[in-house]
Amino acid sequence: MSEKTQTTRRVLAEYTYEPPPVERGYTGRTLYVNLSNNTIAAKPVTDVMKEKFIGGRGFGLWLLWHGVKDDTQWNDPENEIVISSGPIGGVTQYPGSGKSLVVAISPTTHSVMDSNVGGHFGPLLKFAGWDAIEIQGKAEEDVIVVIDGPGGRITIEEAPDVPVDTHLVGHWLIEQLAEKEEDRYFISSVSAGTGAENTLIGCLNFSFYDRRRKAPRFKQAGRGGIGTVFRDKHIKALVVRSGPVRGDSNHPADLQRIARVGAKLHKEIHDYDDEQNRMRKRGTPYLVQIMNDYDLLPVHNFKYGSHPDAVKINGDVWEARFTQGLPDGCWYGCTLSCSHAVDGYTVRTGPYKGQTVIVDGPEYETIAGCGANCGIFDPDAILEINFYCDTYGIDTISFGTLTAFVMECYEAGILDKEKTGGLELHFGNAEAAIELLHQMARGEGFGKIAGQGIRRMKQIFAERFGADPAFLQDIGMEAKGLEYSEYVTKESLAQQGGYGLTNKGPQHDEAWLIFMDMVSNLLPTFEDKAEALHYFPMWRTWFGLCGLCKLPWNDIVPPDNAYTDEPAKIPDHVQNYVELFSGVTGRKVTADDLITMSEAVYNFQRVFNLRLGFGRREHDAVPYRSVGPVTVEEYESRAERYDKQLQETLGLDPEKMTTEEKIAALRQYREEQYQKLIDAVYKRRGWTSDGVPKVETLKRLGIDFPEVVAVVKKYL
Amino acid sequence: MIRVNNRDEVEWEEGLTVSGLLERFRYTFPHIIVSINGEVVPREEYPTRVIPNGADVRVIHLIAGG
Ligand code: SF4
Repeated sequence: MSEKTQTTRRVLAEYTYEPPPVERGYTGRTLYVNLSNNTIAAKPVTDVMKEKFIGGRGFGLWLLWHGVKDDTQWNDPENEIVISSGPIGGVTQYPGSGKSLVVAISPTTHSVMDSNVGGHFGPLLKFAGWDAIEIQGKAEEDVIVVIDGPGGRITIEEAPDVPVDTHLVGHWLIEQLAEKEEDRYFISSVSAGTGAENTLIGCLNFSFYDRRRKAPRFKQAGRGGIGTVFRDKHIKALVVRSGPVRGDSNHPADLQRIARVGAKLHKEIHDYDDEQNRMRKRGTPYLVQIMNDYDLLPVHNFKYGSHPDAVKINGDVWEARFTQGLPDGCWYGCTLSCSHAVDGYTVRTGPYKGQTVIVDGPEYETIAGCGANCGIFDPDAILEINFYCDTYGIDTISFGTLTAFVMECYEAGILDKEKTGGLELHFGNAEAAIELLHQMARGEGFGKIAGQGIRRMKQIFAERFGADPAFLQDIGMEAKGLEYSEYVTKESLAQQGGYGLTNKGPQHDEAWLIFMDMVSNLLPTFEDKAEALHYFPMWRTWFGLCGLCKLPWNDIVPPDNAYTDEPAKIPDHVQNYVELFSGVTGRKVTADDLITMSEAVYNFQRVFNLRLGFGRREHDAVPYRSVGPVTVEEYESRAERYDKQLQETLGLDPEKMTTEEKIAALRQYREEQYQKLIDAVYKRRGWTSDGVPKVETLKRLGIDFPEVVAVVKKYL
Repeated sequence: MIRVNNRDEVEWEEGLTVSGLLERFRYTFPHIIVSINGEVVPREEYPTRVIPNGADVRVIHLIAGG
């Protein structure tokens, strides 16, 4: 493939190598690419990296820590994008074993961002000889980086003729680089799009070649604007080719052990998925109806948790739209195969109007965020937004949440047609939302402002339009600069912490505790909540260290799970992961060891936040909309529930109070509860009351490296 | 009266089954575990298992969310 690319583009740098064999999940080397000075080099994977940081997000954080300075900004050349799968990444016997983890300093949080994504890039990178790729510097002109494992050659190439938007560049790369049909299977690209270039909420698209559809498809590393960093570095695409993937490509320590647990899970999926979540038929959209039923589906900028029209965008609708019967796994061997697509969608607006395309998804988050949260209950509008967000390289979650915020501002009179350049951004106006998206991608008009994200919009609306900053703070669903993902948390204190007490910002991939807390009442005390906010974030962090997808852990459940001691943890599946980790790496571990591995990396990331000027109690604040009702209509929509709390918990008589008084009383109580929760969680995590990991915690976890201790000492 | 999840008191009625209770609460999530007075009820018995008056019913929802 390299010869073919060389004939059409000027090669700025070239590096030849002999791909090392993968041993027990590791190649033992990471790839360093600097786009400012066109250097390419190999770095060794040290024992400390393997022992303490495991792989994936752990490797990413370690490499990023050493690559940046304390004051590095997202658009400084020394900011890095690091992509790594992890030791289990690339296993084909166990479902969900092909994820990639991406880290960088984020343009919206200005701190460390991590994102977990499917597609083939991370595992193929490993099979091309590299446990991670670390990209630093900034190219002068647009480039692509080509990693050709079988050819033993890496190039940085000028790319003036390469398209930017993902659905074009993905196809283009395949056509350019694959010489024979089989090459297509083992090529994967990472790309962003014009929207990533012109907003701060850019995502990365990771491709996987769909053999049945004979086309590349894409999964998104959405959160925190890493796609924006990618385009700021003038990268149009990274592309990797490996040799054929085989069942033992990881050269695991004990293949049989892996195959055994894999076969067990495949059988569970086969036998029970249809009666459980129907992931194989509808994927994560099954959650739409469930969340609506439990008053957790964000509607109108998280004001409400349900809507009668949710039925128009629920799992039944998407099951009918998704092409059925195709193996929609985003990595080989994932029989949970939830990465569905709508085929033959004809685009009806914008630059690609009239094209017939595959729309990857929509996933639950996209439907909830770009649909219900914006008052849009039209599946075609959701597909249009989904397609354009992906190809433009814009995160659907941030787009949905920030558009909902804009719509509430419009309805509250903070914005009007004049300020939005003619866009009537009422809840439910799908056409205006779609036009806003096109403007974002072009970096024009009101889209230019909206594309900065909620945190900046709050500032702009206050400064330019005289809006009340306190109101904007209450309704702007962001924390740490990251837009919320799509769950209503007002009635679950634990999940308020699940979003607020995160390392990167309010994304549900650390903890999702709403049912345990709000419905099942399993976490009645602060200590119970703190324990859950210790265990589950650590558990879910572990997937990101190893290259795993979280869904096969709990979106399929063995039938006897109900009879176990801790059904919420799904102990049988936890044991599968112990087998899997030991089976690949040969390291003898227990279930507790997995948590400790995560704790080390998690605390390291907290210290990294501190090093960059964040990571303290003040940074764990959340907007009041995530805690309780901000407006009168919001209170009154669930008055029975709130009145009951005033009466039973606070001993007040709602009959004698105005709605405003009731809102204020409830607010005071709920905000105090959140502060008490923070105290309990920090204590459980071994942090000070300011949220700083104690030296003894760093020591216990074996990450008391001098430079790490030096950071926390400033705050002790 | 029956008590659900150690918190919600609900009016008992003659012949109330587990399925009936789940419907009343709109508990539609598929990953739930129901126990009556500490005994787990097998899923296939939800439509027929009658809840006695005064029962301590737990409807444990497993974790959902992307
Ligand atoms: S469960 Fe879905 S998202 Fe996870 S690896 Fe399988 S197909 Fe991909």
